[in-house]
Amino acid sequence: MLKKVSTFWLAIVLAFVFYGVVQLLILNGFLNPFYTNTLIFICINIILAVSLHLVIGITGQFSIGHAGFLALGAYISAIMTMKLDMPFSFALFAGGIVAALAGLVVGIPSLRLRGDYLAIATLGFAEIIRIIFLNIDYVGGAAGMQVTHATTWTTSFLCLILTIVVIVNFTNSRHGRACISIRENEIAADAMGINTTYYKVAAFVIGSFFAGIAGGLYAHNFYIIQPANFGFLKSFDILILVVLGGLGSLSGAVISAILLTVVSTFLQELPETRMIIYSLVLVLVMLYRPQGLMGTREITDYFGNWKWKRVKGGNQYGG
Amino acid sequence: MEARPILHVSQVGINFGGLKAVDGFNLKLYPGGLIGLIGPNGAGKTTVFNLLTGVYTPTEGDIVFNGERINGLAPYKVTRKGISRTFQNVRLFNEQSVLDNVKVAYHSLASHSIFSSIFRLRSHFIGEKEMEAKALAFLRIFQLDKVKDEKAKNLPYGGQRRLEIARALAAGPKLLLLDEPAAGMNPQETKDLMELISFIREQFNLTILLIEHDMKLVMGICERISVLDHGLLIAEGTPNEVQNHPKVIEAYLGEEVVSSHA
Repeated sequence: MLKKVSTFWLAIVLAFVFYGVVQLLILNGFLNPFYTNTLIFICINIILAVSLHLVIGITGQFSIGHAGFLALGAYISAIMTMKLDMPFSFALFAGGIVAALAGLVVGIPSLRLRGDYLAIATLGFAEIIRIIFLNIDYVGGAAGMQVTHATTWTTSFLCLILTIVVIVNFTNSRHGRACISIRENEIAADAMGINTTYYKVAAFVIGSFFAGIAGGLYAHNFYIIQPANFGFLKSFDILILVVLGGLGSLSGAVISAILLTVVSTFLQELPETRMIIYSLVLVLVMLYRPQGLMGTREITDYFGNWKWKRVKGGNQYGG
Repeated sequence: MEARPILHVSQVGINFGGLKAVDGFNLKLYPGGLIGLIGPNGAGKTTVFNLLTGVYTPTEGDIVFNGERINGLAPYKVTRKGISRTFQNVRLFNEQSVLDNVKVAYHSLASHSIFSSIFRLRSHFIGEKEMEAKALAFLRIFQLDKVKDEKAKNLPYGGQRRLEIARALAAGPKLLLLDEPAAGMNPQETKDLMELISFIREQFNLTILLIEHDMKLVMGICERISVLDHGLLIAEGTPNEVQNHPKVIEAYLGEEVVSSHA
């Protein structure tokens, strides 16, 4: 227990050291706005990947409508700051809350479905959200909505840390174990007294909340949001991050979000071949690491083995 | 026989479309009993388990557990009332550690909230510590504590069977349903299993209902046996009575054999 607590604080301290160094570099002008923007974009994508990881990787519910929650968070927070003159932090929170509520409303009926059916239902939900925004003149319809630039390295990094801490803490508790047991064998989880619907919805709501937060950051980073940004391709982009990282591995989701964001950002200089190279990267990773970059392992697994030389029980099965 | 039955199943039946999988099934279990449920393949034994645990809702009849009607309750609610089970084909949480498998079963006995876990409040640490201690104690009883960090799927078959029973017990049942616990075991493993079943029954004050094809095991440890065939209860009694019951012999060996004996 002590070991776990100290690892946690060590990680937090390291994260803030990293934050401080980057912030210093930004203030000194070593990192130009292009790099700063890439860093912010990486943070947003990690939040999206980790929040979807909770739904797909941990709870095993194949939801491919994550862009719908992203869109909700983006539009609600943009309305808050642009139309209602609310502070940015409040707008972010409001975007998250509305997305979470939508997660609750969508989750309760649709999480009774399994596998492909759930995927279709969530995909449909995301499209509904997009089309609703497309047809509301208040938020600009197809032309989109102008949003001030408010997302900074500090806000996006704080949101990122919050997301990871909440989802890691959730996962490493009886609630997280209940979600994993649903992924592993829903019938057995039910037979062990786990209220499977409750935990599926809970994971879905938490995931939606952070997707909404990511939406707020996204909206206030790009000056303009349009319904076209939140189509089903966006959902698949997020899904790819999770699958590529390894289903069930949070560190995998983080690593693949960093990797793919960097790849696609630097490929912007080669517009003709961009999608070809991007797709090739995906195909190669899936060919050589079909289980994803990290499989189901976490980075701390390697770290733990190396540092404490954990003595394994070996194969002595008593009796 | 003064005691009130812990489980009283009366006239329970279920139809799947036109097929009557189980029809007019009756069963009374008294506290502390060890009852066997046998029958040829496809007789409806596992369907009976699924009815008792809420996987299926009976189309007729009543299931009363501990004085409460439980038919139609969701499986997780039935488990919380005190009925827990193992499965015919082992259903472990494969990617989870042996310890976590047992902890999942403890889930509903702990009370710290999602909020306290996310923000790591005191109640989270107290609750988790208690779960860990209890789960470890269980693994020790089943001699699985040495492999607590191993993934469940990496256990040998016998170990997986034992883990499944440990997990079912960790849910704190009053009634334990074992669905073919000895399937795929060699004679030595079966013998160990028989001892284990007798042991846990004493230790945890359990009532046990078990489905089994291994007649040596059933006849050896069960006090009473119910025999199902084609969804109908055809015999009920002590192992001796059941073994010599003409309908049972007919169900297992066919009619002609019976008539040639007669």
